[in-house]
Amino acid sequence: MSETRVQLIERLKKIAHRMRVHILNMTYWANSGHPGGSMSATDIVATLYFHQMKHDPQNPKWADRDRFVLSKGHCTPVLYAALAEAGYIPVEELKTFRQVNSRLQGHPNLLKCPGVEASTGTLGQGLSMAVGMALAAKLDQKPWRVYCMLGDGESQEGQIWEAAMSAAHYKLDNLVAILDWNKFQIDGAVENVMNIMPMLDKFKAFGWNVAEIDGHDYNQILDVLEKAESSGQRPFFIQANTSKGKGVSFTQDKGDYHGRALTKEEMQRAMTELGEKFG
Amino acid sequence: MRNLGSLEQPKPVGPLKVGDAKAMRDAYGETLVALGAKDKNVVVLDADLSGSTKTGLFAKKFPDRFFNFGIAEQNMLGAATGLALSGKTVFASTFAMFATTRALDQFRNALAFSKANVKVVVTHAGLMTGPDGASHQSLEDLAVARTLPNLTVIAPADAVETSQVIELAARERGPFYVRLVREKTPLLYDEKYRFKLGKASVLQDGRDLMVFAIGPMVAEALKARGLLKAQGFDIGVVNTASIKPFDAQTVVKYAKRDGFLFTVEDHSVLGGLGSVVCEVLAREQPAYVYRHGTHDLFGESGESKPLYKKYELDAEGIALHVKKALTYKQKVLRR
Ligand SMILES: Cc1ncc(C[n+]2csc(CCOP(=O)(O)OP(=O)(O)O)c2C)c(N)n1
Repeated sequence: MSETRVQLIERLKKIAHRMRVHILNMTYWANSGHPGGSMSATDIVATLYFHQMKHDPQNPKWADRDRFVLSKGHCTPVLYAALAEAGYIPVEELKTFRQVNSRLQGHPNLLKCPGVEASTGTLGQGLSMAVGMALAAKLDQKPWRVYCMLGDGESQEGQIWEAAMSAAHYKLDNLVAILDWNKFQIDGAVENVMNIMPMLDKFKAFGWNVAEIDGHDYNQILDVLEKAESSGQRPFFIQANTSKGKGVSFTQDKGDYHGRALTKEEMQRAMTELGEKFG
Repeated sequence: MRNLGSLEQPKPVGPLKVGDAKAMRDAYGETLVALGAKDKNVVVLDADLSGSTKTGLFAKKFPDRFFNFGIAEQNMLGAATGLALSGKTVFASTFAMFATTRALDQFRNALAFSKANVKVVVTHAGLMTGPDGASHQSLEDLAVARTLPNLTVIAPADAVETSQVIELAARERGPFYVRLVREKTPLLYDEKYRFKLGKASVLQDGRDLMVFAIGPMVAEALKARGLLKAQGFDIGVVNTASIKPFDAQTVVKYAKRDGFLFTVEDHSVLGGLGSVVCEVLAREQPAYVYRHGTHDLFGESGESKPLYKKYELDAEGIALHVKKALTYKQKVLRR
């Protein structure tokens, strides 16, 4: 019996809830890492891993899998949360995040952790690697697709625009770039540090199909990902309007939790809000 | 990067003494503020890391002379060059990784080639950077920077030396690369100390072996000296902050005396301090060199203490390697 849209969204929401709990726990245990930009991306990453993408946690190297490239590599917590929920790594292992000898490095390392497609961390590089993957799929005439998650601050890197140009030039309609437009980077609001807008116009001018969505509205996420599947010789850019730290009242819409874990008291409050046990 | 630290001016807690801990980057931020007050020509650039590099202290005081380029290090170094070519004294900061490997072409072909008056002051060098892991732990930047013509390259050992290096960089014309680290480190010097470009600072002489150290390794080497003393070994410690120009004379002097030297760096042994020492000796005074540092590898996540333990860069690790070196020394020099 196939799942209705309502059931699907219910399921995704439950997974996303658990992913946010993992993100908060993981960064708390490590006493470092990046919860804010992980929580803003959670609903989209959950939809990719638990609905949109074809992949096999039992066979991470399956040749025809869809690829997810986390270009904003500091947001490993959302990636590891998805990989744990999908079964690539044990949930228990999240405790080792950022510790010596762990597979769960601060920034993604494809040589260490199953399911990681690209070693990123230096911002601005993931989209180029995604372009290379999409080119390979075209060369081999394979149907698999590439999804790449960008940060808004990250989009200040010139390499993003070199990659954007090449993706359109090579007509990579198997490539989807998703901008996690959470409005903050480290030194403050993106708008104040170095404005990147209007991104839709920029990507359009670079030859991409573009769309804007609410990155926490599952109907919109599902619709746009489906639409991007038939992009007609153009790569597809999604500007996802999100909230940094989404999911907990006091972390939401703030830059403060970009690169720090919650304190013990904050964790108690956050977990109470989420209806979860702490400690 | 986590716990960015506050951008408040640290409250004066009375003069710090040798042995007290202070981050080099805090000294950098404070010195920038002092320089900015003295000289209107000083401008400061950053790339979305002003809280971590501490250029934020300057930004707060002199917002008109601070430019945040966002996460765009290549553009920052290009623009730094342009500002300098138009008469400004420019300080440009980000993490070591992003200034050297990310923006290397701009560093080489715009900044260094033009002999632009830009001081590239980086923080978060080496394994000490900690839990961010390999992508943020620069282990190659000294090797890269010292091959760039026109560039002066310095890696201070504590906060006192850092302030002096920054003041000197502001005074001298031409491009500088100054390598700082993330964590607080013990003060090795008091205000009587004078940093000299191209001069090593001999902190302790030693009968058994001279340890040439750089950056945070100097403090660890001094601690190792204490550990080894208790075991009956006597090692000396030399701070080689000035990598380029380098104090060949001091190295040659001890090589002549001992025939065997030891180097230690939180950096790859390929191209860093160990290489510099070997290059000098190959030309002037062939001798054995035991190079300790990272050996052709990428770093990994972990707090800096357990990482230093794993890679044997803490005092205990250095002591272990010194003993290995001494065994080797006995063997090779007896032949
Ligand atoms: C090339 C490079 N420069 C600087 C950094 C340090 N850094 C890590 S995260 C970050 C801010 C990222 O902001 P954004 O892309 O908006 O991420 P998000 O808000 O989604 O977490 C910076 C500057 C880096 N990782 N790479």
